[in-house]
Amino acid sequence: MRYAMAIDVNKCVGCGDCVVACQTENNVPIGYSRDWIIEITKGKYPDLMMHFESQRCNHCEDTPCVRTCPTGASFIDEGGIVKVEHDECIGCGACIEACPYDARYFHPDGYVDKCTFCDHRVKEGLDPACVSVCPTYCMYFGDLDDPDSEISKLLNSREWYTLIPEAGTKPQIFYLK
Amino acid sequence: MEERLFQTTRDIEFLYPHVHVWGWPIATYLFLGGLAAGILLFATLYYLKGKEDDMPFTVKIAPIFTFIIIVIGLLLLVYDLHHKLYVWQLFTTFRIKSPMSWGAWTLVAVSIFSLLWPLSYIDDIEKYLHERGWRRLDNITKFIRDLEHNWVIPRFIILTFRKYRTFFAYILLFLSIILGIYTGILLSAFNAHPLWNNPILGPLFLTSGVSTGSAFVMWLSNNKKERKLMSTIDMALIAIELFLIIHMIMGLQAGPEVYKQAANLFLGGEFTVWFWVLFVGMGLVLPFILEALELKGYHIPPALPALLVLIGGFIFRMIMVYAGQMSEYPF
Amino acid sequence: MGKLNRRDFIKISGTATVGLAATSPLTEIWQHIFPPEERPLLDSEMTKTSTYCEVCFWNCAAWTYTDKEGKVRKIIGNQLDPHSNGRLCPRGTGGLGMYFDEDRLKKPLIRVSDKNGKQEFREAEWDEALDLIAENMKKIERKYGKESIALFYHGKTGPHFKHMLQYWGSNTNAKPASSQCLITREAGFIATYGTGLASPEPTDIKNTDCLVLIGSHFGENMHNGHVQEISHMIDRGGTIITVDPRFSTMAAHSSKWLPIKPSTDLALLLAWMNVIINEELYDKDYVEQYTFGFDQLKQHVQKYTPEWAGSVTTLNPADIIETARMMGAASPRVIIHPGRHTAWYGDDTQRTRAIAILNAILGAWGRKGGFYFPEKVKLPKHPHPPLPKPAWSFKDLSQERHKLAFAGITNHIIEHALPEYTGPYKVKGMFIVATNILQSVPQVEKVKRALQNQEFIVVVETMPSEVTGYADIILPEATYLERVDDIRTSQNRIPNIALRYPAVEPRWDTKPGWWIAKEIGLRLGLKDYYEYEHYDEVLDWQLRQVGSSLEEMKEIGVKYFPRKTPMYIDEYTDEPYWFNTNTGKIELYSTDFAEWGYDPLPVYRPKPEGPAGYLRLIYGRLPMHTFGRTINTPHLYELRHEPVLWVHPKVAKLYDLTNGQEVWLKNPKGKVSNFSIKVRITERIRHDSVYLPHGFGHKGKIFVDGKEIKMSRAYGRGIADSELISDVLIDPETGGTGMRNNFVTILTENPHKKEVVS
Repeated sequence: MRYAMAIDVNKCVGCGDCVVACQTENNVPIGYSRDWIIEITKGKYPDLMMHFESQRCNHCEDTPCVRTCPTGASFIDEGGIVKVEHDECIGCGACIEACPYDARYFHPDGYVDKCTFCDHRVKEGLDPACVSVCPTYCMYFGDLDDPDSEISKLLNSREWYTLIPEAGTKPQIFYLK
Repeated sequence: MEERLFQTTRDIEFLYPHVHVWGWPIATYLFLGGLAAGILLFATLYYLKGKEDDMPFTVKIAPIFTFIIIVIGLLLLVYDLHHKLYVWQLFTTFRIKSPMSWGAWTLVAVSIFSLLWPLSYIDDIEKYLHERGWRRLDNITKFIRDLEHNWVIPRFIILTFRKYRTFFAYILLFLSIILGIYTGILLSAFNAHPLWNNPILGPLFLTSGVSTGSAFVMWLSNNKKERKLMSTIDMALIAIELFLIIHMIMGLQAGPEVYKQAANLFLGGEFTVWFWVLFVGMGLVLPFILEALELKGYHIPPALPALLVLIGGFIFRMIMVYAGQMSEYPF
Repeated sequence: MGKLNRRDFIKISGTATVGLAATSPLTEIWQHIFPPEERPLLDSEMTKTSTYCEVCFWNCAAWTYTDKEGKVRKIIGNQLDPHSNGRLCPRGTGGLGMYFDEDRLKKPLIRVSDKNGKQEFREAEWDEALDLIAENMKKIERKYGKESIALFYHGKTGPHFKHMLQYWGSNTNAKPASSQCLITREAGFIATYGTGLASPEPTDIKNTDCLVLIGSHFGENMHNGHVQEISHMIDRGGTIITVDPRFSTMAAHSSKWLPIKPSTDLALLLAWMNVIINEELYDKDYVEQYTFGFDQLKQHVQKYTPEWAGSVTTLNPADIIETARMMGAASPRVIIHPGRHTAWYGDDTQRTRAIAILNAILGAWGRKGGFYFPEKVKLPKHPHPPLPKPAWSFKDLSQERHKLAFAGITNHIIEHALPEYTGPYKVKGMFIVATNILQSVPQVEKVKRALQNQEFIVVVETMPSEVTGYADIILPEATYLERVDDIRTSQNRIPNIALRYPAVEPRWDTKPGWWIAKEIGLRLGLKDYYEYEHYDEVLDWQLRQVGSSLEEMKEIGVKYFPRKTPMYIDEYTDEPYWFNTNTGKIELYSTDFAEWGYDPLPVYRPKPEGPAGYLRLIYGRLPMHTFGRTINTPHLYELRHEPVLWVHPKVAKLYDLTNGQEVWLKNPKGKVSNFSIKVRITERIRHDSVYLPHGFGHKGKIFVDGKEIKMSRAYGRGIADSELISDVLIDPETGGTGMRNNFVTILTENPHKKEVVS
């Protein structure tokens, strides 16, 4: 099992639904967010290109956050989901420093919080909240180890990129071009 | 033209405009760790070289401070935690790949040995103090001696330590090197920050830590021979530091764009003055010159170069902690 | 293994300790030190209540999830709902913030100060406030007649008050949304097809091959169903053509972007017709069978060549021809989207008619991949005595001037409320329900004078907005999660109904709209119209008439009904399809317009240019906000609360601006924005315009028993474009208020800074 997400930037309109849905689903305190959207514009008027990237924890295969965690609070769960055990976290900030994607933050209660791929939903066979609400159907969630999953097929048939590949983290969020 | 903007607001504390999780407490913690490592390195090294009595301050007195220094460092570390009540979680596991875990355990080990080391010298310390007319600490030395004489366990521990001091000196030497390197490795383990992510940082922090250790001895010892030796050693360490710094910056400049940007923080960027004037100028070159002049016989107050090195070492860690967090991949 | 054990152990020991401590006073201390984790809940652990969204007119059906403590946790779309397909937009998902907002109005408020000074109110009980309202209504009735009480309304609360006033004898009402938004478009389509479009527009986007957006900003507006269908269309590889002075979100997703000079859209539409007709790209059979006036149209558009349009619109004529051919190639599976908020330049009925005509010659109306024929469920009205006939109504204010003013025109009511109005149809009292007319209506100064000229104003609102400051009585309304409203019956491919039912009790001393309207009605002696205790009874009666019940709807939320008529025109095989126009055909040439003296075929006339040194003010939307209504909404505020002013790098250079710099705007009439806005230098906009999102710049505040009440988050953030819209171009056919011909200049110094006396 290797959970991953693919996001089609040709469809995303940057509405932010994924961000609010995550907040209400996961009780993320007001003023914090586990996912967010970046607008990227390139070119010169009138030859322009613009797209949005819905970003979140990349649930990397090579996880600097888990590596640098001194207590093991950050760990890789089933399916490659990177999680934080709040009761083991001392709030030292090492994982926040280690993450090139700014995916982690201090919860107001002190521990480090982040995207969980909504594993409570995934265990029930549901998509993560962000994927399930997206009004543009631009997000796909699934198992990379299953060659017949929609996401495997998409990644095999379409061009894609990942964020900051040079950081060597092997992200598991793929952006479909 | 390329624009990268937040479509959804993300004003999360400590993350933007760049990650800023660590501040002065961590910089101070790293400085104190390096300082303690330096002091213990000299103490154990000269003990093993049999200079116990030639260099009484280095071997016997200076380590008294290391325990206090390390405790302050640990307190700062705890102070900087955001989930403080769970700090004990650090000691329920050992994470071999986490420098923070290494540091926590090393500091605890070092603090125990650095407490025992001076305890085992309690008679010599008292003598040293009395020779210099210091009697204000008699109560404490008496208390420790009582402890050793009247209680079985402390006596056993201190006697054992005294008996196998050479063995423990090797251990402590090893631990102090680990500690010194650790303060650099802690930062260089973070790939996300190109400025930190370079192999020079470990040796550079170790050298700088040892240099502050020598400066500490230089400052507080009133044994001329000891001071002169430390001064010579410090000059060599400063020379190594300068070499490593140039090496580090050249290395960064040869790297990809974000690494170049990291180097630019010191080459015209925000930290240029801090780095070159305050750290390299006032904290390395100036004390080097002063030490050189002193060796040539000029009269220089010994505390001056020592304090410059210590302040420089602290500024260096502040710069590295702050600048490193500004050196990031674009969001 | 060891790791897992330890983690489990901590969990078990944690729970055990909490369990033990539950009976001891240590519980609180323990939980204070180690707060129990707020874990996400599974849907099965929560209760769900049907609702439909009130954050925008799309009214997507959804489920409100509440936990065991009765706390609202989330709102998720109803899978059955054809408006949302189970997926809400960010505003719907974040709609729970409207309920949670601590800045809400909490108790009825009665004015204690006069209207010129500080806006001071005191808290009151409902009875006192409602009695006072009835008393004042009767007073105005005695002096001027019932008709002099006007209603401005929006959303689903509005009808409760509209009905109450109609029962009483006033039909002087308007939705600001109408004259500023849809009326011109509806008129243009009615003149052409004999029917308007209504909401949601019956565009068959998911089946189309070519979607043309001219002044439509999907992705910036979140017209949910359409945004979703565009995605499916992108998956199918359909063509999108976007005409916009900005490189909008949809422009970025388009095959072709035409960066048109603002105000010249009609020229482009006419040139497209020119190419499509002259190159014979139109649907000949369809035109032959269903349309009237093709020859007149053909002759009319001859002068509108692509070259001519190129010089008017600043577009490349080759691009105009290429895009016309793209539409022709896709015909009839093509949609020139009619858009919303079509009141732009004072010739908006004609422009939207051009869109209607273009769709007609491409054979898109009533065709798969074009416009489908929608259907809706007709719920019978709950029985009540006949309505009294008012001596005059909104129609008497408008239809003399504008033949197609089929709905109340806000501006006309405002004109009749001004002190200088001396005619017979005076407006002397107002109900303002769920609409902030000081931000949504242009020419704010005029609106303010009208408000100040009223003898009595009631504002029904959930939030302290600008207009609440002008009220004599403010009634705090419950939010949509706390109330029951009428059954949603809006049109779609499948006729359907949706239920809104309260998921939680109203917070503080707020009340649902139906209750407020009924209580006022009872005090006006309208007992016969309100023969029910609770609105539930009305809904249940209505639902039973169509074979459902309130009980059933609470379970399912959305219910489908079978279609009674075909969805596409080709399916009418027995008899020819009859359009509701004079000729029974699609009127490319409008016989009504010819008779009434309007242009029977759209004519392009240039619009006034701005003065030198001024830039056109373009306002628009952010996908996470519904104009000014949601800026203060906690979750949505967090999504975006920093509006920015888009300026082209050339403009930035001219004004010496840097990114993030705060600037103020001034219009040619000298009106200066109240607050500042940050600059975004971007290539995404033409150099003759600036762009900012609408809805910011809130400045309403009132004082309740000495305490300041306002939208604490939204207050003072950004610029309200409505303040700067001084020039309104009136659409002759409908009275629609065109607001897009306004210009501003950029001020880099704070114009409000008090001058230092030296």
